[in-house]
Amino acid sequence: MAYPTEYRYTKEHEWIVVKDGIATIGITDYAQHELGDVVFVEMPAAGAKLTTGKTFGSVESVKAVSEIYAPASGDVVEANAALNDKPETLNNDPHGAGWLVKVKLSNPAEVNSLLDAAAYEAFIAEKQKEASS
Amino acid sequence: MRYLPKSPAERQEMLDAIGVKSVDELFSTIPEAYRLKKPLNLPGPLSEPEIIEYFQARAAENSLGYTSFLGAGVYNHLRSVITDTILQRGEFLTSYTPYQAEISQGTLQAIFEFQTLMCQLTGQDVANASMYDGSTATTEAVLMAERLTGKRRVLVARSVHPEYREVLKTYAKNSGLRVEEIGYTAAGSLDAKGLHSALRDDVCAVVVQSPNFFGAMESLGPLAEAAHASGALLVTAIAEGVSLGVMKPPAEADIVAMESQSFGLAPSYGGPFAGVIASKDKFVRQMPGRLAGQTVDLDGRRGFVLTLATREQHIRREKATSNICTNQALCALAATVHLTLLGKEGLREMAEQNLSKAHFALAELQKILGVKRTFSAPFFNEFVVEFPRSVKMVNAELLKEKIVGPFVLGSAYPELTKHALVCVTETTTRAEIERLVAAVKRALEQPL
Repeated sequence: MAYPTEYRYTKEHEWIVVKDGIATIGITDYAQHELGDVVFVEMPAAGAKLTTGKTFGSVESVKAVSEIYAPASGDVVEANAALNDKPETLNNDPHGAGWLVKVKLSNPAEVNSLLDAAAYEAFIAEKQKEASS
Repeated sequence: MRYLPKSPAERQEMLDAIGVKSVDELFSTIPEAYRLKKPLNLPGPLSEPEIIEYFQARAAENSLGYTSFLGAGVYNHLRSVITDTILQRGEFLTSYTPYQAEISQGTLQAIFEFQTLMCQLTGQDVANASMYDGSTATTEAVLMAERLTGKRRVLVARSVHPEYREVLKTYAKNSGLRVEEIGYTAAGSLDAKGLHSALRDDVCAVVVQSPNFFGAMESLGPLAEAAHASGALLVTAIAEGVSLGVMKPPAEADIVAMESQSFGLAPSYGGPFAGVIASKDKFVRQMPGRLAGQTVDLDGRRGFVLTLATREQHIRREKATSNICTNQALCALAATVHLTLLGKEGLREMAEQNLSKAHFALAELQKILGVKRTFSAPFFNEFVVEFPRSVKMVNAELLKEKIVGPFVLGSAYPELTKHALVCVTETTTRAEIERLVAAVKRALEQPL
């Protein structure tokens, strides 16, 4: 799956994209693939505060539970309620319909310091090489 | 359970098989300094007749022939030898946590049936495979409510078992949970006015027990409404499970924390007990403890397996819903066998006997001059009476007549100085109740 060039990425495998001052956050295709079939997504409610680098939710798959880390700080304006009934959306469309939260960023400039698509792809290519060697 | 001794020849055979010369060589990786070089400090072996003699002597130390009117969280009920016979089967007695479903179907099915029975009794959707006891179940229920609501204030009725409240306070002490108590009315039930004035939107749980510590039945509907109106959850503790044979299941509660000792466990030494948490489907991911689920295998045959294990500490580590991973599987099995033997009608009949015998005992005690009923709320198998003199003094006289007297309420409620909590179960005969009444009368007539 292609990694959208307008998105920014973290080494913990979250993506973030900002539109009209509101950021959308999700986990990457690589992350969903590593997790396997997602059965439950725990997300903060609207109004919750996100702090860069701190965990704000978790994704539970048939194999494990993984924490999700905030790529930037801000206030949650919406959580993706569709994931409550259809958590598998995260596997099927991780960069689109499988988004997790929408956040009003407290410092939008933070996003610029994250990895771009090319850097993230290089990062996971390195990881895959490590895993196969 | 079988004990399999090993002969020196068998030891040598095992050593040969793994390629070491001696047991000392086998343990050579343990540093010299940490090896025990003297025999364990244990008494020497006994022959079979000596062992039998030893245990007969210990058994003879038991006091026999006493009648008890003591309840207060531990209840004497009829039990069947069938329960013990099944508990003592090695497959159950020595089984380990059933992580491997393929070799644990019997244990898993028993747990699943326990959960099913607990759901049927409590009117809840999902029940766990047991907790330590009613007190830890109550506390874990509060912690669950804290996780679900994100709030940290707890309102607990003073009519909840004093020891359950102690356990809750112990947990709360270093966890930032604020526990406040709500008093009781002249009827012996939770003070609704006090609750309303203490309820604000920072409360995670309202904790009430029914029947409460005074034996009184609480009206859960209005309490649930009040709790929900302020965004709190209603936690209902049940110390006497047999009450569910005649009482409406506490379906209004968001979380039920129950003690299951009344189902097939003797009150010996005050344990072992088994607690259980039951709740609504939508709260299951915040539920502590083990859960067995029903599923189908590749060929479509029914099977059982531990489920939602990602809540538990062996996977979730410090983020687990609880870090007590021990459950009381054998005690839960006792409850399963006991309730299955009793059946729906049997449990109802047992409960009705408790109800009518306790009411008979109260009526008889009230005939004694100076003995007054304290609370007016409907009760199950326990009730509070006030004596014209100290309960301790009365109990000392009763003990001389081989009667274990009622619970001294003043020990937990300083304001209830001359009040006794009397328990009567189906095991108490009419003759025993009459003996109690006569003995109390004599005790009260004694010159001071």
